[in-house]
Amino acid sequence: MPNSSSRTANALASPWRIALSPTGNTGDAFFRGLMFSAALLVLIIVGAMILALAMKSKLSIAQFGFSFLTSRQWNPVKGEFGALPFIYGTVVSSAIALLIAVPLSLGIAVFLVEQAPYYIARPITSLVELLAAIPSVVYGLWGIFVLAPFLRVHVEPHFARWFGWLPLFQGSVTGIGLLTGGIILAIMVTPIITAVIRDVLAAVPDSQREAAFALGATKWETIRIVLVNGAPGIAGAIMLGLGRALGETMAVTMVIGNRPEISASLFAPSYTIASVIANEFTEATQDLYLSSLVELGLILFLVTFIVNGIARLLVWNVTRKSGATA
Amino acid sequence: MTTALTRADRQRRVTNAVMTSFTALCTVFAVAILLIIFAYIAWQGIGSVNLRFLLDSPHPVGEGGGIGNAIIGTGVLLLLATLLGMPVGISVGVYLSEFGSGRFAVIVRFVVDTLTGIPSIVTGVFVYAIIVVPLKHFSASAGGVALALIMIPIVARTTEEMIKLVPHSLREGALALGAPQWRVTLGVVIPAAASGIATGAMLAVARVSGETAPLIFTAFGSRFFSYRLDEPIASLTVQIYNYAISPYDEWHAQAWAATLVLMFLILLINIVVRFFTRKKF
Repeated sequence: MPNSSSRTANALASPWRIALSPTGNTGDAFFRGLMFSAALLVLIIVGAMILALAMKSKLSIAQFGFSFLTSRQWNPVKGEFGALPFIYGTVVSSAIALLIAVPLSLGIAVFLVEQAPYYIARPITSLVELLAAIPSVVYGLWGIFVLAPFLRVHVEPHFARWFGWLPLFQGSVTGIGLLTGGIILAIMVTPIITAVIRDVLAAVPDSQREAAFALGATKWETIRIVLVNGAPGIAGAIMLGLGRALGETMAVTMVIGNRPEISASLFAPSYTIASVIANEFTEATQDLYLSSLVELGLILFLVTFIVNGIARLLVWNVTRKSGATA
Repeated sequence: MTTALTRADRQRRVTNAVMTSFTALCTVFAVAILLIIFAYIAWQGIGSVNLRFLLDSPHPVGEGGGIGNAIIGTGVLLLLATLLGMPVGISVGVYLSEFGSGRFAVIVRFVVDTLTGIPSIVTGVFVYAIIVVPLKHFSASAGGVALALIMIPIVARTTEEMIKLVPHSLREGALALGAPQWRVTLGVVIPAAASGIATGAMLAVARVSGETAPLIFTAFGSRFFSYRLDEPIASLTVQIYNYAISPYDEWHAQAWAATLVLMFLILLINIVVRFFTRKKF
């Protein structure tokens, strides 16, 4: 910051110069209290979220109890509400996403930190980050009209032909279903996982690399050592991606088919927790229906809060340590 | 130099070559997907974007219509979210960087970080429960609150990071001149970090401008021009969603055109921000 000293002078000159009273303590206490109350407000918001979601889902919790999580029946007309199909759809689509996104992100991050020269790494980093700037609904639009038809014609038939003996790849090929949802999610979480892994790798001290090279290790062997060093942080990055994938709504809603069924096939339409809330919330006229949807929201909130919490602790651990030695 | 490579050495070299090419391939793949998506949006959208489309409100199928009301709606929602979320977010960031050494601050930092990962649809459900239900109708203000809640943690963390970059000598200098701490923070530290804070704020605006899920049952959407905060209001994202899942080709084309407009807005913010931060660091 080259011009900060002149800025300081300006800033002190006016309008803050009016009275340089020595009794600034009241002002300090007031200012500190104001900032503190903003920080407190964040905690209050989180508390209010849990409280409001819990209160609104009381009806459904009282009615179904624990069986809400294990029942496969979701039939608003009959007043039956079970969350299992949505839990299944959410978990499987996120798993597919991570299966694709984790190796991809590791590759990109390693390339950017360990291999690419600065003048290549810099623009590529910006481009990969732009993937994260694309709104969910735009991914959904692209998924419906580009990805789903592509998978239906060029990918899923081949899977069905070669791996059709697996229950995973049986059934009709429509392009709309778990696999498409998982692939869209993979594209969406890749920039997030990549960005965190990049930070983690950059935090691994150079002495590790130099030691490996000095022992005659190849580039790849050195990278493996760096990866082992950053393992907890990489785990945190993956958890962050998982948290995002679990709660991602619009793009998945648009390509997953929205049918509350559990099918072994990845081609079959499915439904996620976030999607059912998005689709049915405004239609839910009965109290129990609405309450069940809010309970799904509560489950999603708690799960993503825990997943993100673990992720943050893992990432903090790695990046803080290097920050202390740097 | 005549020592022949052993079998193991040759294998190591092959592994090295394969893996280092694999990483490059991953990168090329990701960039290719980005370019394909952008190219497709531009190709599909450009045909339907014209002045009438940008200014008109939606019409029934077959009669054209546009996204003028949605552009205004998104503007109203973003303005409201910024007014509500920005002061809180910046204050939290200031607290964390200037007073944030105790246990309470660690908890707040953790909660703020975790909050950025909470699905936006859950925020929508929350705002529905606390605002839409008591008022008994969807409203622009509910949508603005939902977006503000999403904005707060993002702004708080970037503000904290940016303020931490301000050198301690500046604070010490101002304190040595006899200024109380609040004046040091407001008059010296925040101005010194102003461009960084503005960058974070703009990125937060870009981020929430693409949100759809928290708006579906708060701001709801509308087919008419509206500036009122107590009535449902249209937004670009909800409009894109409604058109995308409709069965009409004409509306699909409009969805692509609206997407092009939205992406233009988001890219513009991102590029401007990148341009300014590049100069600074």
